[in-house]
Amino acid sequence: METITITMKNQPALYLEADCVSPDAFAGMTAAQIAELSVYEGNVTGTLGKYFDVTGSAGTTAADTKIIVRGDVKKVKYLGMKMSAGEMVIEGDADMYVGAWMTGGKILAKGSVDAFAATAMKGGELTIEGNAGNYLGAAYRGDWRGMSGGKISVKGNAGSDIGMYMLGGEIVINGNIDVHVATHAEGGKVVIKGDAKSKVGGQMVEGDIYIFGSIDIMMPGFKPAGEVELEVEGTKGKFAHFIGDMGERHKKKKGQVIYANLYKKI
Amino acid sequence: MSEYVIKNGHVFDPVQGIKGDKAEVAIKDGKIVEKAGSGAKVIDAKGMTVMAGAVEIHAHIAGPKVNLGRIYRPEDKLFTCTPTKGMERMGSGNSIPSTFKTGYEYAKMGYTTCMEAAMPPMFSRHVHEEIRDTPIIDEGAFPVFGNNWFVMEYLKNHEVENTAAYIAWMLRATKGYAVKVVNPGGTEAWAWGLNCLTVNDPVPYFDITPAEIVKGLIEANEYLGLPHSMHIHPNNLGNPGCYETTLDTLKLAEGMKANNKFGRESVMHLTHTQFHSYGGTNWGDFESKAKEVTDYVNKNRNITIDTGNVTLDETTTMTADGPFEHHLTGLNHLKWANVDVELETAAGVVPYIYSPNISVCAIQWAIGLEIPLMMKDPMRCYITTDHPNAGPFTRYPRVFKWLMSTKAREEQINAFKHKDKVLTQTSIGSLDREISLYELAQMTRAGPAKSLGLGNMCGGLKPGMDADVAIYNFNPEKPVANPDDIEKAFTRCAFTFKSGVEVVRNGEIVSTGHKRTLWVNAKIKDNPQVVRDINEKFLKYYSMTQANYESLGHHFVPNPFAIEVDAT
Amino acid sequence: MTKIVTDVICPFCGTLCDDLEVAATDDGKKIIEVYNACVIGTEKFLHSQASDRVTRPRLMQADGSYKEISYDEAAEYTAQMMAKAKKPLMYGWSSTNCEAQSMGHEIAELAKACVDNTAAVCHGTTLIAVQDIGLPTCTLGEVKNRADRIVFWGCNPAHAHPRHMSRYSIFPRGFFTGKGHKNRKLVVVDPRPTDTAKMADIHLQVTQGQDYELLNAFRVALKGEWLPDVVAGIPKEKIYEAADILKSGRFGIIFFGMGVTQSLGKNHNIDEAIAVTKDLNDYTKFSIMPMRGHYNVTGSGEVMAWQFGYPYSVDLTRGFARYNPGDTSSIDLLSRGDVDAMFTIGSDPGAHFPFNCVKKISELPSVCIDPHLTPTSGVSKLHVPVAFNGVEAGGSCYRMDNVPIDCRKVVEPPEGMLTDEQFLIMVRDRLKKMKGVA
Repeated sequence: METITITMKNQPALYLEADCVSPDAFAGMTAAQIAELSVYEGNVTGTLGKYFDVTGSAGTTAADTKIIVRGDVKKVKYLGMKMSAGEMVIEGDADMYVGAWMTGGKILAKGSVDAFAATAMKGGELTIEGNAGNYLGAAYRGDWRGMSGGKISVKGNAGSDIGMYMLGGEIVINGNIDVHVATHAEGGKVVIKGDAKSKVGGQMVEGDIYIFGSIDIMMPGFKPAGEVELEVEGTKGKFAHFIGDMGERHKKKKGQVIYANLYKKI
Repeated sequence: MSEYVIKNGHVFDPVQGIKGDKAEVAIKDGKIVEKAGSGAKVIDAKGMTVMAGAVEIHAHIAGPKVNLGRIYRPEDKLFTCTPTKGMERMGSGNSIPSTFKTGYEYAKMGYTTCMEAAMPPMFSRHVHEEIRDTPIIDEGAFPVFGNNWFVMEYLKNHEVENTAAYIAWMLRATKGYAVKVVNPGGTEAWAWGLNCLTVNDPVPYFDITPAEIVKGLIEANEYLGLPHSMHIHPNNLGNPGCYETTLDTLKLAEGMKANNKFGRESVMHLTHTQFHSYGGTNWGDFESKAKEVTDYVNKNRNITIDTGNVTLDETTTMTADGPFEHHLTGLNHLKWANVDVELETAAGVVPYIYSPNISVCAIQWAIGLEIPLMMKDPMRCYITTDHPNAGPFTRYPRVFKWLMSTKAREEQINAFKHKDKVLTQTSIGSLDREISLYELAQMTRAGPAKSLGLGNMCGGLKPGMDADVAIYNFNPEKPVANPDDIEKAFTRCAFTFKSGVEVVRNGEIVSTGHKRTLWVNAKIKDNPQVVRDINEKFLKYYSMTQANYESLGHHFVPNPFAIEVDAT
Repeated sequence: MTKIVTDVICPFCGTLCDDLEVAATDDGKKIIEVYNACVIGTEKFLHSQASDRVTRPRLMQADGSYKEISYDEAAEYTAQMMAKAKKPLMYGWSSTNCEAQSMGHEIAELAKACVDNTAAVCHGTTLIAVQDIGLPTCTLGEVKNRADRIVFWGCNPAHAHPRHMSRYSIFPRGFFTGKGHKNRKLVVVDPRPTDTAKMADIHLQVTQGQDYELLNAFRVALKGEWLPDVVAGIPKEKIYEAADILKSGRFGIIFFGMGVTQSLGKNHNIDEAIAVTKDLNDYTKFSIMPMRGHYNVTGSGEVMAWQFGYPYSVDLTRGFARYNPGDTSSIDLLSRGDVDAMFTIGSDPGAHFPFNCVKKISELPSVCIDPHLTPTSGVSKLHVPVAFNGVEAGGSCYRMDNVPIDCRKVVEPPEGMLTDEQFLIMVRDRLKKMKGVA
């Protein structure tokens, strides 16, 4: 695997849209060619090289390309957008849309990321060592086809609206989350090791949520269904089981109504 | 205005009976002429197909429900919005293009006259604002009448003359083009959450049946002598077994004769016939009844139809058939929008994915193609996708490909997951007819123009007609190596002329032309009763005043073209 | 002598009453009296008659004072600002007509700007919800003619839309509602005992910020499923009872306002309210409608949608349209510092945006086009006063139920004043020249 390193040298005055920063776009290019790729600051088109030093070289395919993003990229959007393979390491904090619409490969964000990370993710891995913003792993506006595969892990906290319209895949948050999680989900698994606030699993059709900490206010549409022993993400314990959303539509399989599950650690 | 002479092209013009001969087409002052002057610009159409500009008889391209579709489907445009380009404004939308994109796309495919198929009268100002922002193409809009309180109250007592007077008032107030009927009576029933599934189901409260509404509206239409016939989307759309309702509806036109000065022979236009030609009792034994429906239409010359071809795309359904959309959201669980309009109509919108992996969708695809292939007279059967209901209008070239090539049909049939079911439930596999270019010109030009009462104005290349011309990079003398070449050729015109203005060259927009709004101004005898009834309804039941109802003035109809009808 | 103009449309709120009568002087210059309007609407008309009105553009000088300039100079300043900016924001549009909105969009396209309307701070969340789940709705006349169940959720029409209840919702006698309010049941959901709530058959005093939970409980109750004893401060018996009332009607409607669109849950509150409406259609006929505020905020959304594909928060900076509130929405753009010029028309972000956003506007090159002196005109570098739309200029507008109504011109604007559209045409033409567009 070849490594290419981009290092911020000239901060944009506004925010920079750098959707070209992905192994797919870089594959098969020299550093000089990569520096010529287009990035956008407002309505002005510039080159990646205007803002970043580019060193190293990319592999022949996305899968053999690793990108290291260095320097302050708090004002850079779309890092790793639509990536399908390869690796990316973001050493500091990044702005919105990290790994949005990604279908494969791995992103490691060592800092925090802003909203819309992993929008409508289909596959791959996104690991965030800091905090994640709102709409992590959520669907794009209006789309009923949200995250359908892959795994998102967050060491810190996450914002609101994570996993909206989720269909599959996995989101694990080590810390706490804000309101609304897995809203409208029809599949997938969300694990919150810290606390949740309220509106957990609203309008959920199918899928599983595990909360290790507290829930400030339960959704009335989740009905108690006993207690279960479970092993979740390496932790064994007793969980209170709820099924819901009782107000929502549900599919039937073999005559049985399939509800979404909410497990809260006791 | 510039003069042009189009030379060396293979001309297909049903109006003059030209079947691919090399003929010159001359343009002067916006009209086709016998001969252009010596200074005329020469367009060399060697090895190309020359036809009149195409005529769209039924599409949902402007107005409240179309825009609701745009508003509520950001995902329909994700990553596909197009930039400003030369004359072109920004564009957006796949199944529901923005107004600008709508005009450009039609013109690039050689379409020059398009009809918005369902205008809620109370929203006519909205429809016209969008039409104004749709460049190049001439457009008309059909106000809906099939669930209108006035119409039901008059026709309950068979008051045809009053109905006609009301229609004339409404066409003037809304700058409308024709009498459209959608799920007659059923949409009014929907205001209470109900429906009318047969032509004999009574409409709640109004003491009338869909059959009486349909018959009465045909009579009123012919009383006025409007350019187009009554244009109907019958009851029971989209359900297994619905073809029986369709046949019952068609039979209502028996014995009726067209009365007009426009050369129209039909009294009923059945739209998106594909959605109305289903047999079976459920989605499991769902089957084609295209033969039964086309057999009837073939025998009855006072009926014209359009197809409503399924294009196997993700799209957005939208119709004034409110109860149908509610039924549909129950089937696919996708987002449901509905708007009930006081005293007049309703509309529903639901996204839909016609997947080639679902047997029902594949059968719908087959039925849409069976209909034109089974119709004996191409002058009475027109190609539509009921845009965007069965697919976006931008897919017309693909539909042409399927109609013109058995090979293309076989390739698609073989690609279906449930190929066997398609072959047992329809007869698409046994149809070897290939639509010729001349027949295509009948189905997309001369035919719809005649049905719309525009046969003397557009849809042909006869001297005196509007100079709407489409030139395709398609050589009819060469065998088609790959059916996809048909699709490619019809997607982007080499040239399009609209009213004598070159609007498309090499598939690019080069002028936004002089777009017109077509409407019908029907003069009638004074009818004080109808005037009084209209005043009263506004005072008591409408939520706006009568003085604010009409579409007036430059903002709404900046370049009107009124077709005059005298029924005094 | 006076002349009476009839069928006048009120350019105040989204109710867009169109039955006003205005008495004006014979020369068509002065309004004498306004009939049929509510107090707020009357004021809107009379306010235009103020004698101390600013009638010429004013440019802020380095010392904070204003210098009067010509419309030509103002158009040049605006065009220059739009041409130079990397990411200009064109915000407002809700108190102007569709003609001006359309012209503004041409400017936005030429300048590759962001375009947003006041939905960003009121019913934008409703639009997000509609995008997620749809919208079963109807025109206001349907309510008048058919409705026997009315719900006001998080709105107070008695004060915000004063004639709504008498024209459309509670009191009018329609075709199937000959007994007027006697045959209607009114449910009000509001944490406060408002004047609207006082008229209700049932007032559910929901705990602030728990509308989403209560709406969810309604869906559960409609299905007859299990509920906790108390939801959002309401005992479950009362929820089952209210659900039964809604189910048992012939035609019902939920009207909702900013009490639910901008409180905790935001778009999800509306999403769930629409889901309740959808569910109720399994039992009877039900619709839902946002109580839109500005008289033509609806029209701005319509025009933006048919021209660009999205109803608000549109970003054209890359040369094509994009949309994602949270990123492309005005408050986010301003508070994140992702804008370098501010163009405001027909609205007052200075009064409605968070302080850090208003501060940002004051730091940027900025133009405010507004007939009034507002907090926004006060922080903008250039203030361009214009004729009052709906009073001194006509034009197309859309009511809260999306019904288009063409506003009327009632009197002439003061000598030499331009309309929004006229001024925007001047800006567009200059910008075209600067950009070298034919």
